[in-house]
Order: sequence, then C-alpha cells, then structure tokens
Amino acid sequence: MISKKSVFKFPHTLVDKPVMSHLVKEYGLDINILKASITPNEEGLMVLGLTGKKEEYAKAIKYLQGIGVKVEPFKHDIVRDEKRCTHCGACVVICPADSLVVDEQTKKINFVESKCIACELCLPVCPPRAMRAHY
Amino acid sequence: MSKTIQEINEKIKKGHAVVVTAEEMIDIVEQKGAAKAAQEVDVVTTGTFGPMCSSGIYLNLGHTKPRIKIGGGTCYLNDVPAYCGFAAVDVYLGCTQTPDYDPRNTNHPGDFKYGGGHVIEELVAGKDIKLVATAYGTDCYPRKKLETWLNIKDVNEAVLFNPRNAYQNYNVAVNLSEKIIYTYMGTLRANLGNANYCSAGQLSPLLNDPLYKTIGIGTKIFLGGGIGYVAWNGTQHNPGIKRKENGTPIAPAGTLALIGDLKQMKPQWLVGSSFQGYGATLTVGVGIPIPILNEEMARYTGVKDSEIFAPIVDYGTNYPNVIPGNLGEVSYAQLRSGKITVQGKEVHTGSLSSYSKAREIAETLKDWIKKNEFQLTQPVTNIPGPDSGTTFKLLKERPISEN
Repeated sequence: MISKKSVFKFPHTLVDKPVMSHLVKEYGLDINILKASITPNEEGLMVLGLTGKKEEYAKAIKYLQGIGVKVEPFKHDIVRDEKRCTHCGACVVICPADSLVVDEQTKKINFVESKCIACELCLPVCPPRAMRAHY
Repeated sequence: MSKTIQEINEKIKKGHAVVVTAEEMIDIVEQKGAAKAAQEVDVVTTGTFGPMCSSGIYLNLGHTKPRIKIGGGTCYLNDVPAYCGFAAVDVYLGCTQTPDYDPRNTNHPGDFKYGGGHVIEELVAGKDIKLVATAYGTDCYPRKKLETWLNIKDVNEAVLFNPRNAYQNYNVAVNLSEKIIYTYMGTLRANLGNANYCSAGQLSPLLNDPLYKTIGIGTKIFLGGGIGYVAWNGTQHNPGIKRKENGTPIAPAGTLALIGDLKQMKPQWLVGSSFQGYGATLTVGVGIPIPILNEEMARYTGVKDSEIFAPIVDYGTNYPNVIPGNLGEVSYAQLRSGKITVQGKEVHTGSLSSYSKAREIAETLKDWIKKNEFQLTQPVTNIPGPDSGTTFKLLKERPISEN
C-alpha cells in the first residue's frame, strides 16, 4: 500500500474531462481532495492524497502524466508575514493544532510551524491578512 | 495631597517626572497603596490597538490647473470611493468603504481584502495612491475629469478624524445558533464554538480613567504613531452604563472622537484590516496619558484585568435582533486565560485587540514623556459623565406613507 500527497496541475484542455473517476475505477485508488481550484479555460490545480496498491498507484501516475497532467511533490507551507502580523490573537482560537499560541510573557502570538497542519483556517480570520499559503 | 497638570509638566520639562504604564501601575498601587502611589507617580500611560470602524481621513488635494470642483462630483482613491460633499478639493475617506466592484457578501462570506483602511495605511506609508475624480464643471471650476497619482507629501492637509474610537469596554461575542457566523467580532463558530473579545482591559485608556476625570476635549494623545487630540466624545458615547465600585462600566460605555495630523503618523499603527463576511476596517493605535493628580486617579489607574468585567453576548440571534440581556459576565483576567465557561460549557477565547501592541504604545508614550517630547494638556472641557443624562438610543422609525 502507498499513501501520498501530491500537487496535480491540469492543462485547460483536461478541465472538463472526468479524470478523477478514472483513478477510482481503473486503479482502485482512494482519493482525498485537499485543495482544488479549477476554472474553465485555465489551468486547474489540485492537491490530492492518493491511497492504493503500490503498482496501481504507479500506473495511475503514468496515466495522468500521459494525458498531460503535471505531477509535483506536495510541499505546503503556511507562512506568517511578520511585518503585517499585529499579534491580536484572532487566529489562536481558530487554530485546531495549537500551532498559534499566546506567549504568556510577551503576549505576542507565537507561530509554531512544526505543529501546523496547513488547514488554512487562520488565513481568512486574520484581520491584517498576515497568514499566507505557499505551494 | 494633589498635583496640577502644570506642576506635572514642569517636572516633565526638568526630566524629573515619574512616568509608568498602566500595567506597571498595578503593582505600585498594590504594594504601596493609592495614597503613596499618587505621591510617587506623575503620569500613567495607557494604550490600545484594535479594529475601529468609525475611522477615516480628510484630505485637501490642492487645486488643479484648470480648476476642478470635486465637491458634488465623484472621487476614487485606489478605486475606493471617497465622500466629496464638501468644497472643491476636500474629500473624506472612511475606512469601511470598499471599491464599487467588490463583490462584498454576494458570495458569502466575502473577503473584503481591500478597503478605505488599506488606502489609509498605504497613504501613510508614503505609497502613491491612484486618484480618479469627476465633476460637472462650472464657470469658475471648468475641469470635469482628473486622473493622477497622489502622494501624502503633496497634499495640503491629511487629517485622521475618527468619530468613534477607544471604546470603554466591549462585549464578549459568542454564537448560540447552529451555524457559523461572520461578524465584526470575527468568525464565531456554532454552538458556543468560541468567544471573541476586544479590549486592552487594564491597559485601555478609558478603563483607567473610568469617570472621564482627566480625559476630555483637547487632551493630547498618541494617535496612529503620531500626536493627536480628543476632539469630542465619540458617537454612541453611553456614560450611564452600570458600573462596578471601581468605576469601570460592565458593558460598552464611553467613546472618544479623535483627530490628528496624518502626515506624522506611521503605517504600523494604522493597519488596513479585513473581517471575512463583515467588511474592511482600520486597526488604530491609541495611547492616552493620565495625570495622577490625586489618590483617586492613582486608584483608578491601578485597576487590573481581574477587576474589569465584560458581558457575554449572543451574536447568533440576540445581537442582530436587539434582544436585551446577556449570558453573564467575565473578567478580562478570565478572558486572557484562554477559556471561559458559558452556560456550563468550556469555551476558548480569542482576542481581536492586540495586547502586546497596546503595551508597546503605552511604553512609547512613556518614553516620549520622559524625554520631554510630549507634555500633558489640560482639557478644554469634560466629555459627558455618568450623571450627564447622555444615552445611546435606538432609531425610532416612523413609516413614510406612500402618498
């Protein structure tokens, strides 16, 4: 068995084709969609967690590359723009991973990157929009 | 024993004044008592840094050649509409205004990633702002269209003028409903998912002078990183709210209208902000010095988070429908501990006002006073106090008949 997160970039010609169902039907993969942004006439981007048999997974990747999908390793980082952060604490109550915490001494908000699960919940609740996602 | 503001200013000039922050004053009053603290301390500095929606700027753009009368026309600053119902080249930009093309809440919850507050931050930062204006044209002001880059250093006046800032205490917002809501108190998750609050508590200006004994019209302050003044009481000023024995109100009460020269302010203290599903705004830094004229002022400024209480309000149903009552009260010490108990449930708390920045403001103001870069002012007159009869009313609607 293999379980792997990857970034898939679709050319606009594939955006209206049923690619995902093919992965399920032909290769028996489980698909977990972590992020998807696909708009007509533009490139689509998906972050997927694929789980299945090792050889079937390899065949699936080969199939995707064959039809023009770019497959890249998943490197997802949430970064904080230190200049914009006002240390208010609006993110602390929303963060499910205890990655954003109040420092008892300084009362500043510490961002513990090692605990971040990249759920992105902090992005829209940050008033100065200091939290950003990088792929 | 009491002191006057003049006497304190003499000490400041000589470099002898004892200046402490409202946080430092807590220990001094606790250890030495209010009488001794009043003898030793001359000034207590306060600070607050939170989103304040009733904020904005007015500009005098300077006349063009030929002249244009933007008054009565339209004016956009970085695509954000400014109010032009004044003379030819005076415009006012409010921090919650959004560009006409912003989808706002059409696709709920909207992002509100750019608005008047962001324009103000960029202007203060010295960035060029795109100005597009139209006019109807007159004999003395013939021009009808103006498109130019604008920089703060080139305008005649740039003034921050905020009708309501520095709320004396505020609600703790929770959501009793079964769906997530997006409010000016942040995102509130369903079924008491979180509790958000917004006050600097023991560092907050009006909680350290709860009965407005020294803060009045004309009081010189730290505003947006520069110098400002209290112009008037703020809108919705509501001094008659019930108070604890220490004078602090148990719900939102007093407010201040503030004014100051934008040209000497700093972008780090005027930050364009976005509340998902609610709107754009400006996070404003305010710091007010409190002269310790007597024992009473020492006692007030010694107030601590455990002695200041805020009401817990349901923003799911009660707040939008103006249903009175609350779900109990909690102290700022409890709020800062990270969790409170509401209706028997443990609820995590989130702050919208930056305590660390409030502290930085109080420290900065302390530093200015110690270096004799800032002296205290005697208010011209007081703002309405608890016994003034000033209240905060709902709009009394009277239907306009069709015929």
